[in-house]
Amino acid sequence: MPLWWPLLVASLLFAIGVYGVLSRRNAVLVLMGVELMLNAVNINFVAFDAQLRDVLHAGQTFALFTIVIAAAEVGLALAIVLLVFRTHGHIEVDELRELADRDESDLGRLDHPTAGVES
Amino acid sequence: MSWVEAIFVLLSLVTLGSAVLVVTTSHLVHAALWLVVTLGSVAGIFLVLAAEFVAWVQVLIYVGAVVVLLLFALMLTRAPTGRQDDLTVRRAAPAALVAGLVGVLLAVTVVAGFRDVRLDLDKAVVGSAEATGTAIFTLWVLPFEVLSVLLLAALVGAIVLSRLRAELSGADVAGTTSPPDNSAARGDR
Repeated sequence: MPLWWPLLVASLLFAIGVYGVLSRRNAVLVLMGVELMLNAVNINFVAFDAQLRDVLHAGQTFALFTIVIAAAEVGLALAIVLLVFRTHGHIEVDELRELADRDESDLGRLDHPTAGVES
Repeated sequence: MSWVEAIFVLLSLVTLGSAVLVVTTSHLVHAALWLVVTLGSVAGIFLVLAAEFVAWVQVLIYVGAVVVLLLFALMLTRAPTGRQDDLTVRRAAPAALVAGLVGVLLAVTVVAGFRDVRLDLDKAVVGSAEATGTAIFTLWVLPFEVLSVLLLAALVGAIVLSRLRAELSGADVAGTTSPPDNSAARGDR
């Protein structure tokens, strides 16, 4: 099999993940896009490990490390998502605008009253 | 085309098709279930690429733990199970454009760079549990230990965030006490 087959699959999977992160409104669905991107990276690692016939298994070891980091990331991210849901009542990422950089004139039409006070 | 290549192409098509469904479906829970299909077929790709242990870890951690965590998050945020038409931003065309550009750029780069390289899977070193374990616990033992510290830090962080949520829900003290703390710290400096 040519080496570019798995690399092409990884590239397309990464692009699909990018689309998911950019276009989804629900924070949990954004996280699913991130998972797709991390999986694309893992396919690259494993493909190059097989191609280089690495006796030290650097590629597969790094794929394992990526899986562990992804598990830690998703655990923390879900804690944050639940915290956002508790404070805001929704997890629509395009409506969470308290941290946005905005002009003084925009402060009048904030949804969240405390954000204007603190800034 | 040998049967290994045929299996690889089949798994790739399943992976990409279900990944597209993950990012486009209008049912929240269906997205999580299509993610199971995607991650499972990625585990199959790992098996074809002679990474046996990574494939089983993928099944255990991703399909087992991460998807269950995501489903729990969907449940705890009271996600509706029916069809929702507003899951995607209204102007999804720029997102699709950016993603398409990323995909085309990466695909053209890797195909142009590795067009002549063959992947000979018959002679590849199979990453069995023994081989991977030997590699991790001899050469990669320091990154492995650092990674365990990272997992501990993530665990503690998640617990702290959950406690913060309990305080917020009990009384609105966290929002009112933290700004004076910040200003006091600024005054000390």
